[in-house]
Amino acid sequence: MHASVRQAVPVNITPPAPTSASRETPAPAELRMSISKVNFWYGSKQTLFDVSLGFATNKVTALIGPSGCGKSTLLRTLNRMHETIRNARLEGEILLDGNNILAQDVTQLRRRVGMVFQRPNPFPKSIFENVAYGLRINGSKLPIAEAVEKSLRHAALWDEVKDQLHKSAYELSGGQQQRLCIARALAVEPEVLLLDEPCSALDPISTAKIEELLVQLKDLCTIVTVTHNMQQAARISDFTAFLLIGQLIEFSPTPHLFTTPSDPRTEAYITGRFG
Amino acid sequence: MSGRLRWRKFVSGFMLAMTGVCALVTVSVLFFVLGDLVVHGGTSINWNFFTKLPAPVGETGGGMANAIVGSAKLLLLASLIGVPIGFLGGVYLAEFSGSTAAFIVRYAGDLLNGVPSIVIGIFAYAMLVLPFKHFSTIAGSFALGLMMVPIILRSTEEFLNGVPRALREGSMALGASKWKTIQAVVIPAAYRGILTAILLAFARVAGETAPLLFTALGNRYWSHGWNEPTASLPVVIYTYALSPYDDWHRQAWAAGLVLLGLILVINIVARAILSRGISVPRS
Amino acid sequence: MTPSAGPIVGSRSFLSRLREGDEIAHLITFLFAASVVLVTLLLVFVLWQQSVLPRHKFGFAFFFTRVWDPISEDFGALPFIYGTIVTTVVALLISVPLGLGAAIFLAELAPQRISDTLQFFIDLLAAVPSVIYGLLGIFIVVPLMRTVIEPALKDTLGFLPFFQGPAYGVGFLTAGIVLAIMIVPYIISVSREILLAVPREQREAALALGSTRWESTWKVVIPFARTGIMGSIFLAMARALGETMAVAMVIGNTPTISASLFSPGYSIAAVIANEFTEATGDLYLQALVELGLVLFILTFILNGVARLLIVLTTQKGSRTAQV
Repeated sequence: MHASVRQAVPVNITPPAPTSASRETPAPAELRMSISKVNFWYGSKQTLFDVSLGFATNKVTALIGPSGCGKSTLLRTLNRMHETIRNARLEGEILLDGNNILAQDVTQLRRRVGMVFQRPNPFPKSIFENVAYGLRINGSKLPIAEAVEKSLRHAALWDEVKDQLHKSAYELSGGQQQRLCIARALAVEPEVLLLDEPCSALDPISTAKIEELLVQLKDLCTIVTVTHNMQQAARISDFTAFLLIGQLIEFSPTPHLFTTPSDPRTEAYITGRFG
Repeated sequence: MSGRLRWRKFVSGFMLAMTGVCALVTVSVLFFVLGDLVVHGGTSINWNFFTKLPAPVGETGGGMANAIVGSAKLLLLASLIGVPIGFLGGVYLAEFSGSTAAFIVRYAGDLLNGVPSIVIGIFAYAMLVLPFKHFSTIAGSFALGLMMVPIILRSTEEFLNGVPRALREGSMALGASKWKTIQAVVIPAAYRGILTAILLAFARVAGETAPLLFTALGNRYWSHGWNEPTASLPVVIYTYALSPYDDWHRQAWAAGLVLLGLILVINIVARAILSRGISVPRS
Repeated sequence: MTPSAGPIVGSRSFLSRLREGDEIAHLITFLFAASVVLVTLLLVFVLWQQSVLPRHKFGFAFFFTRVWDPISEDFGALPFIYGTIVTTVVALLISVPLGLGAAIFLAELAPQRISDTLQFFIDLLAAVPSVIYGLLGIFIVVPLMRTVIEPALKDTLGFLPFFQGPAYGVGFLTAGIVLAIMIVPYIISVSREILLAVPREQREAALALGSTRWESTWKVVIPFARTGIMGSIFLAMARALGETMAVAMVIGNTPTISASLFSPGYSIAAVIANEFTEATGDLYLQALVELGLVLFILTFILNGVARLLIVLTTQKGSRTAQV
């Protein structure tokens, strides 16, 4: 693992030559979402410490770090999914388009900030109904059938399933199910799409397909993805945030973070010295 | 917030509140039942109740001594029938049986468990009343004992299977035979669960009326030995409740309170034994 | 444990003693286990054999004849089948929403400790004997039905045939209500377990799409668990079928077939309970045994289906998780 990372970093990506301009993280005006001084507790145990971060509009931001560093926890605060856990407590500010999401209605928020989970979790319904679910409860501008097709196309799944929309979602392969979950999330036209290690349960071919998909989806929405696969982060993201034990260690444009990290801990992680 | 969203949130809050109401209503029935028994039967529980035989019809002052003793006899004999069969059968399933035999025995047990108690009564009648041409405590006990078997069988197997391999292997490595291991190590490790099951089975049949209606039948007087029909608490409650006499109604309430009190206490004790923790210490 | 080269006789008898102890134990426990199977087989045989007279005399017409006349020895099971079905349906109509609602509350909403405490009380409720429910039925529910509830239903819904006729207090409706209370704990216990077993990710997916909590429960969790919930309903049905005492005490004990729920009626279990010891003549008695056989077969099927459904649900949960 260590050796391959050393090799893989220069081979798999061609970073632009670092200039002072591209060292910058996005300006506040370009942020779809931002979090400021976020602290998080599970019961009495604190797991996020003063994290502040911005997510650039229509770009892919990756959250990386060793397991237990709090990246998934952080992701889940962005659509307030942490509230489904009893002892979870959050302090700080999370803004969507400048408005604090903690003061808004959570149901509405989750329509605007969608999520795809680590293991595919389609509903026990047909492929069509899975995608239509969000449309049926939230209302849809387009006729449902049209909206479903649109989503499935965006998720690069339409051609594979267009003749079997009525079949159970569980008949699809793992990779297809995950793309179905992406289509399902896209159906309600979210502004931000959160993905929690979306490929960790999938085979390499499915993973490649989804990575390709995510890069394309940038045009539709802002993407934030947690991944423990550094090459993946290097391949698909524009910005990368490195977390360690609940703290944000470094946040910069991806090419910079992976070739010339500012913090020694970042370097230690990406070269495989731990994690 | 749009109107549609407002409506959805209202529906959500309302329906979830309704589920809470459902839970509350269900649980409150228990207290309702207990409360009614206490209110209507509490005052009738007196010394007479426990010591006197039923008075002649229409007269007051009688008691349920024969029903109480009758129930005790029935339950004692039922346990002597049901516990060994259930327990040893469970030992067989957990320790000795192959998978086909186990499947058959388990299936039979589950089947027996699902048989309505009145049908068990018919069976006991056909086996122990018809051939001898009279009702008896034995017939009643047989029916009740049969009902205890599946509960004890299933739980014994479950709890014996729950004893970790490591414990068994430790014993056998010291040279103990399989049976010795089961006797000295496995059963003691599982005793809590098994005891709980025995108590719960006991409590279950203590309240059964239907199987006694044509096996033990009933008796206005003392029942001698095991071969005569006998009064029992549940049957007396049934008979008295349907009678036209107020005094008997009061006694039925009192008997109901005593019976339910006994059953609930056994249930609570049984569950407390089980939740006292795991019988096998963690290594 | 290899025997030493020394006294072979001594070690052989030691080993054989060991083996004997095990073998005796094996044999004894086998006998007891076999007795369970034997008794069950015997039970089915006895039910079959002891109902031979009416089966030969009436055949399948037994199930469709309305008449139950011990004097002319004409026996038909229809009124009892009807009563059993009606009371069970009424019981399910009340207990399924109530039980499912409570199960949802316990599985989805209540914090762990409250859920466990309430479940404890519900388990106690399941332990209350039938005759005690009957006691409360006769002295509390029946007067309530006669004086308050049935007249109220007549006033509001009296245009329906179900709610017409004199309000006796005893009858199908009362029996159905008492039955409902008795089977609700089973629906709750099983459904709660099944709902708790639905993978977290299903709920989360629904919530992440902007569902309200109710929507995620009703549109995702419950459909996911629907097979198991059906199983709990079948289980409850099987129990309702076999409930004897409480029903016998409040149904009115009249072999009537009537659309009105206020009408007194009879159930299979109730007629066996009431008339078994009064039965004069073999045909009469065996007709009652045949009713017992019917009850046995019905509960056998329902329990079998219920178990199958519940097993299928637990398998589905683990299947989707293996993606």
